[in-house]
Amino acid sequence: MPWLGKVNGVIAVSKLSKRRTNKALVVHIRMELCNCIEPPWPADELLMKYQYISDFFIALAYFSIPLELIYFVKKSAVFPYRWVLVQFGAFIVLCGATHLINLWTFTMHTRTVAVVMTTAKILTAVVSCATALMLVHIIPDLLSVKTRELFLKNKAAELDREMGLIRTQEETGRHVRMLTHEIRSTLDRHTILKTTLVELGRTLGLEECALWMPTRSGLELQLSYTLRHQNPVGFTVPIQLPVINQVFNTSRAVKISPNSPVARLRPVGKYMPGEVVAVRVPLLHLNNFQIHDWPELSTKRYALMVLMLPSDSARQWHVHELELVEVVADQVAVALSHAAILEESMRARDLLMEQNVALDLARREAETAVRARNDFLAVMNHEMRTPMHAIIALSSLLQETELMPEQRLMVETILKSSNLLATLINDVLDLSRLEDGSLQLEMGTFSLHSLFREALNLIKPIASVKRLYVTLSMSPDLPEYAVGDEKRLMQVLLNVVGNAVKFTKEGGISIAAFVAKSDSLRDPRAPEFFPIPSDNHFYLRIEVKDTGSGINPQDIPKLFMKFVQSQPLAAKNSGGSGLGLAICKRFVNLMEGHIWIESEGIGRGATAIFIVKLGIPGRLNESKLQFVHKVPGNQVKPNFSGLKVVVMDDNSVGRMVTKGLLVHLGCDVLAVASGEDCVRAVSQEHKVVFLDVSIPGVDSFEVAVRIHEKFSKRPDRPIIVALTGNTDRTTKENCLRVGMKGVILKPVSLDKMRNVLSDLLEHGYLSESQMTITGHEVVKMTCSEDEVVRMLLVHAQEYKLGL
Amino acid sequence: MEVDQLQRSFLEYTNSLFREGFLDGQFGQLQLLQDESNPEFVFEVVSLFFEDSERILNDLTLALDQQNVDFKKIDAHVHQFKGSSSSIGAQRVRNACIAFRNFCEGQNVEACRRCLQQVKQEYLLVKTKLEALLRLEQQILAAGGVIPMLDS
Repeated sequence: MPWLGKVNGVIAVSKLSKRRTNKALVVHIRMELCNCIEPPWPADELLMKYQYISDFFIALAYFSIPLELIYFVKKSAVFPYRWVLVQFGAFIVLCGATHLINLWTFTMHTRTVAVVMTTAKILTAVVSCATALMLVHIIPDLLSVKTRELFLKNKAAELDREMGLIRTQEETGRHVRMLTHEIRSTLDRHTILKTTLVELGRTLGLEECALWMPTRSGLELQLSYTLRHQNPVGFTVPIQLPVINQVFNTSRAVKISPNSPVARLRPVGKYMPGEVVAVRVPLLHLNNFQIHDWPELSTKRYALMVLMLPSDSARQWHVHELELVEVVADQVAVALSHAAILEESMRARDLLMEQNVALDLARREAETAVRARNDFLAVMNHEMRTPMHAIIALSSLLQETELMPEQRLMVETILKSSNLLATLINDVLDLSRLEDGSLQLEMGTFSLHSLFREALNLIKPIASVKRLYVTLSMSPDLPEYAVGDEKRLMQVLLNVVGNAVKFTKEGGISIAAFVAKSDSLRDPRAPEFFPIPSDNHFYLRIEVKDTGSGINPQDIPKLFMKFVQSQPLAAKNSGGSGLGLAICKRFVNLMEGHIWIESEGIGRGATAIFIVKLGIPGRLNESKLQFVHKVPGNQVKPNFSGLKVVVMDDNSVGRMVTKGLLVHLGCDVLAVASGEDCVRAVSQEHKVVFLDVSIPGVDSFEVAVRIHEKFSKRPDRPIIVALTGNTDRTTKENCLRVGMKGVILKPVSLDKMRNVLSDLLEHGYLSESQMTITGHEVVKMTCSEDEVVRMLLVHAQEYKLGL
Repeated sequence: MEVDQLQRSFLEYTNSLFREGFLDGQFGQLQLLQDESNPEFVFEVVSLFFEDSERILNDLTLALDQQNVDFKKIDAHVHQFKGSSSSIGAQRVRNACIAFRNFCEGQNVEACRRCLQQVKQEYLLVKTKLEALLRLEQQILAAGGVIPMLDS
């Protein structure tokens, strides 16, 4: 129907004046005029009214939704689907428009409205289809965004949890470090353990913490420390409980039942006991520490640490807490061992100090004792020997007088006993000085020949009384002089020879002396005797062989021991105290030598052999005729000016040289070529006569004798000195025998002559050091007289008494 | 020639003699004895030594040429020669004499003759050396210098 009539209708209405009565008419007219569409239902119907209202609100909503969307999208920063939103907005707007336009269709409306309505609907349809299609693509995306969001949230939650865990662990670590520090900062056992318990309790928030230590017997565990109780009563549990074994067999912390005996530490309450964990604490001992490997836990001693969580807390032991407990247990073990070591070393140090003090005291006492003993010896040495010898001597004398048999017997007994006593005294005094090493050898130069001669002289009388022969053989390569302790060497020799004589009834003694070569130096029975030959020393070997009663080879080692006498000897009442050989051994050892006895058995004799080390006095060789002589002390030229001397030398050159020497020193020299001239020329004024004694065929000694005769009565007769190119002994001895005061080796150096002259003028003879060839004029008795007297008397007595 | 040069040559020569063993320390001692009061001491001693040695060597030659060799006499001569050579410090001559004496003891004529040759040789050698030394000394003195001391 055409709707052109709408305008006409309005004009038509206003033209008609009565509105109310003509309403239906108006409508009718309008309809006829305007070509309008009639709604299917009447506009006043109730349903229509409701639809009208609903449409209105829908339109409202539909218009407001895009507005809201736009508003919120504008607000949000990011929204990836704007196009979709626009589409959706258009769709909604159109829907709203549709519904809005629908409002007009409830009443009579023109065709225009209907057309608009239709257009709107069509558009709406298009847009909504497009949107629907679009949404198919988009909704999965949107959903996945959601999923991802969820996933991320989960992850964040997980990370949070883990962070929490790490933090907890780190805290635990800190606690462990702190605990360790606390534990290790003390070396006191109790403090260590107490601190451990306290810190553990604090760190882990424990209700109770206890330490069970093994008892001394190792069969039980005793409650030693707890956290809460101050004085734990001595609970003990046997160590062989299965739960304990379980804990001891692993190094991990083990959860145990709260009802096990080790965990029942508190009065059982009505509460649910918390979880209990136990761990072993190895107790390391000092002797577990080997040098090259760390102590493996082969030690069987463990202590037990029990930790209880608070009851009723529903707390559980976490892994990291268990780890903490294990670590702490190890640290405690180490700390305890340190403490043990420290205790040990302190104890050792205290012990050492005590010992030191005691030793010091002992040393001082010993020194005092030795000093006292030496003082005593020094006094008694002489005091004791003198009366002894008086007794012996007088008793011997008494023995020689007329005595009745009983008296004789008595005197003999006195003699025997006093001999024994004298020997004993001597030996003991000597030995005690030898023992403590206070004896020192008195070194000097002596003549070996004289030593042997003297010993021989001493022993010969006794041997001949027993009708024993004594022979002495000295090897030609023995030096004439040696450096050593002559007295002691003599003592040893006399002792050995004396023993040989003592124990020999028939036959004799042979003494042999020679220089020991390296192979003969060693006694196979004394491997520790290592003689080392050197340039300045030689080893003198003396063998004393006797044809006496011999010695049982088994007794030989005992010979040199103190106070030991084998039976046969004691039976013979030899009068020896058994110290003689011991002393000899000591002396020989002091001389860096060795002494031993060989015997093939009883009745086969014995050989005593000893080797001693002696020095070689200043060497003299044939080839070295010129040798250096040290100028003694003062370098002041002594004044020999005008000293009248005589030189006798048949060698013109030599004579001239000697004269030149003496002239240079300022002397007034008369040089003669023959002995005759010399004797004739020597006068009172001459102070020194130098005689060359190496002239073959001329007896210079005779010259000397004649010169002496010439001035025999005068006290200040000229000093005769021999000049010689020979170095042999006989020359020297002869010179000295004829009264020459010195022997000098030619050629003489200037310094030497100077020294010789000054020595001569000072002393009247040439001192040992000036004589270029040393010699003794007289060999003194070099061993103690007591020794000799004793020996002589002893032997004489024994012989007399039929021993 | 310069005095310094002469003195240096003298010292060198003397040292060489010591080194080679012709002379030993005794010769040094002799030189010590030479002073103002005895300026010709060394020369005198050496001359005397030459005289003595010639005489002894002649005697020895004669003695060894005999049918019956008198070893005792030879020994005596050699002893003399040994004495004088050692007094003067003629080391090699002295050593030769010592060897000679040993053979004398052994009474070995041939060996003794050989030793004599040896001794003669050594003597001639040392004689030449000593003469040269003395000539040097004279030269030094003539040039107005002093004979330098050996510091051995």
